[in-house]
Amino acid sequence: MDWLLTPGTPGEKFAVMAVAIVLFVAVMSLVLFAVDRPKRVPTWVVALGFVGLPLGFLAYGLLRPAGITLWNSFFNRNSTEFVGVDNYVRAFTEPQFQKVLLVTAAWVILAPLLSTVIGLVYAVLVDRTRFEKFAKALVFVPMAISMVGASIIWGFVYEFRPDQGEIQQIGLLNQILVWLGMPPQQFLIGQPWNTGFLIVVMIWIQTGFAMTVLSAAIKAIPDDITEAARLDGLHGAQMFRYITVPSIRPALVVVLTTIAMATLKAFDIVRTMTGGQFGTQVVANEFYTQAFRQNNQGLAAALAVVLFVLVIPIIAYNVRQMRMAEEIR
Amino acid sequence: MTSTPTPLPSHAVGEETAPEKPRKMSRAEKRAIAVKGRLSSPWASGIAILIAILWTVPSIGLLVTSFRPETVIRNSGWWTVFGDLFSGEAEFTVDNYNEALYGNSSDLATFFVNSFVITIPAVVIPITLALLAAYAFAWIPFRGRNFLFVAVFSLQVVPLQVALVPLLSDYVQWGINGSFWTVWFSHSIFALPLAIFLLHNFMKDIPPSLVEAARVDGAGHVKIFFRVLFPLLVPAIASFGIFQFLWVWNDLLVGLTFAARPFQPMTVAVAELAGSRGGDWHLLTAGAFISMIVPLVVFVALQRYFVRGMLAGAVKG
Repeated sequence: MDWLLTPGTPGEKFAVMAVAIVLFVAVMSLVLFAVDRPKRVPTWVVALGFVGLPLGFLAYGLLRPAGITLWNSFFNRNSTEFVGVDNYVRAFTEPQFQKVLLVTAAWVILAPLLSTVIGLVYAVLVDRTRFEKFAKALVFVPMAISMVGASIIWGFVYEFRPDQGEIQQIGLLNQILVWLGMPPQQFLIGQPWNTGFLIVVMIWIQTGFAMTVLSAAIKAIPDDITEAARLDGLHGAQMFRYITVPSIRPALVVVLTTIAMATLKAFDIVRTMTGGQFGTQVVANEFYTQAFRQNNQGLAAALAVVLFVLVIPIIAYNVRQMRMAEEIR
Repeated sequence: MTSTPTPLPSHAVGEETAPEKPRKMSRAEKRAIAVKGRLSSPWASGIAILIAILWTVPSIGLLVTSFRPETVIRNSGWWTVFGDLFSGEAEFTVDNYNEALYGNSSDLATFFVNSFVITIPAVVIPITLALLAAYAFAWIPFRGRNFLFVAVFSLQVVPLQVALVPLLSDYVQWGINGSFWTVWFSHSIFALPLAIFLLHNFMKDIPPSLVEAARVDGAGHVKIFFRVLFPLLVPAIASFGIFQFLWVWNDLLVGLTFAARPFQPMTVAVAELAGSRGGDWHLLTAGAFISMIVPLVVFVALQRYFVRGMLAGAVKG
């Protein structure tokens, strides 16, 4: 039965996959068959048949590990000695980690803001034009791409060749600099701008999402509002400022907070493009480094908890805005 | 049908006779005209075109480069291809793809298989589980239902990072670490909060009278679920299914943490390639494109569901 754990050929891999699915279907059918006796089985047994497995999964695989992680964050690197809040103190006071927090803050502020602004402007500009569908698809496609793929795409844009003799630039951005008569730059190495160039990748991915949600919100603005505003003499930028933006406020909040949360947890871009070197490290990637490279389980757990805690104000803001929007309605 | 005087159709079309008729235009048309006025401003269209270019050119660069011979990639920028096309000097090849897929150092064909093997159960299992749970939360009254539902809903905000290390040490204890089973199991767990929440919302939208009618006819919950609700939920399932497919396919964190080298998904392999052979753009561009082709096809083929799934699933992570 070794091949169930370590299948070698593609055929074996697909066979294991089929086994897994059949096994799953069999278990589920058995459970459902057992509870499908109307009147003979009490309701709570039926309910248990439906929610038992999923809730068990969640309790075992999400709730319990979260508790363990919280617990471990108060222990030393191999969880043998209680150290109180030392790990948190380290994460917030050591200059190395303060830098990481600062860079993470830059990500969480810049990426959502810029993706939302660009997505909004683009959505307004292409709204109800002849080529709207096509134009939107262009900006939306990056959402389908993995962050690893996007990192490679942009890594190639930033590619640097030393500026000497006959050497041609093969990265587009440096070639543009050369065309403009400037020396080529190592975009991913020069601090602090390299973080900015990494954030660009996140913006490139998330703008499509912002544009899609905001475009739907713009289309939902009632016609009489825009018409009344137009009769009052509002046009162009004024219309945008006084009618469009206030009308889609709830959608803006959802987009901003969603992208902020995604940005906070994303480590793929930093890991693929710089590996966290050159002062680009973020909390999510530092967590991975501490947990699986440095094997400092206490500090890694503390960083994971910090990630969790940082999400909370974003969620709270989101919920508060939702409440306010509902009250107005 | 309408009380308006009947104009000849041929006469009405395309003839801008008088400004006294604006009421006959539909709202959308009026807006379209207003928008035209706006877009004719050169600044506005300039910005729109600039954004469109910034969002496409990097991908085009990748695609073009992946088909150029290795030595040419090293010595000239991909944009020179357009000049070379005119002079007939442009060279194209699929060698990069051959090397990326079957070469010793990359061997992406293996990881391509892995990505499929990982993704399909990691979509089917959580959706099935979530459907059942969502049904119970929506239509089976039991004690503690609301509390449990809110609990599941709020689990959405828990970052995956907090669960990784404890889960991994369990897998090691059970002696299954590194296998596909751990990846499937982990992905299924992490997908559940959002899946249950979304599918529950869809279930709640189904008129209760349908469920009541089936119940009066003596159908049990299992029968109601499969005969009445399931067919109505197909679009919702498709939306979430596509979202989950892309999420798992594009995932790096779970694959990196749980899968052993021979079972890693393509994202991990491509990221590794970027680390170890960062300057070999002929391999990287081809490899990146191979890893992107499946999501891109899904995107083009199922854009409507894709958008809905993206909108609905945007809060996962």
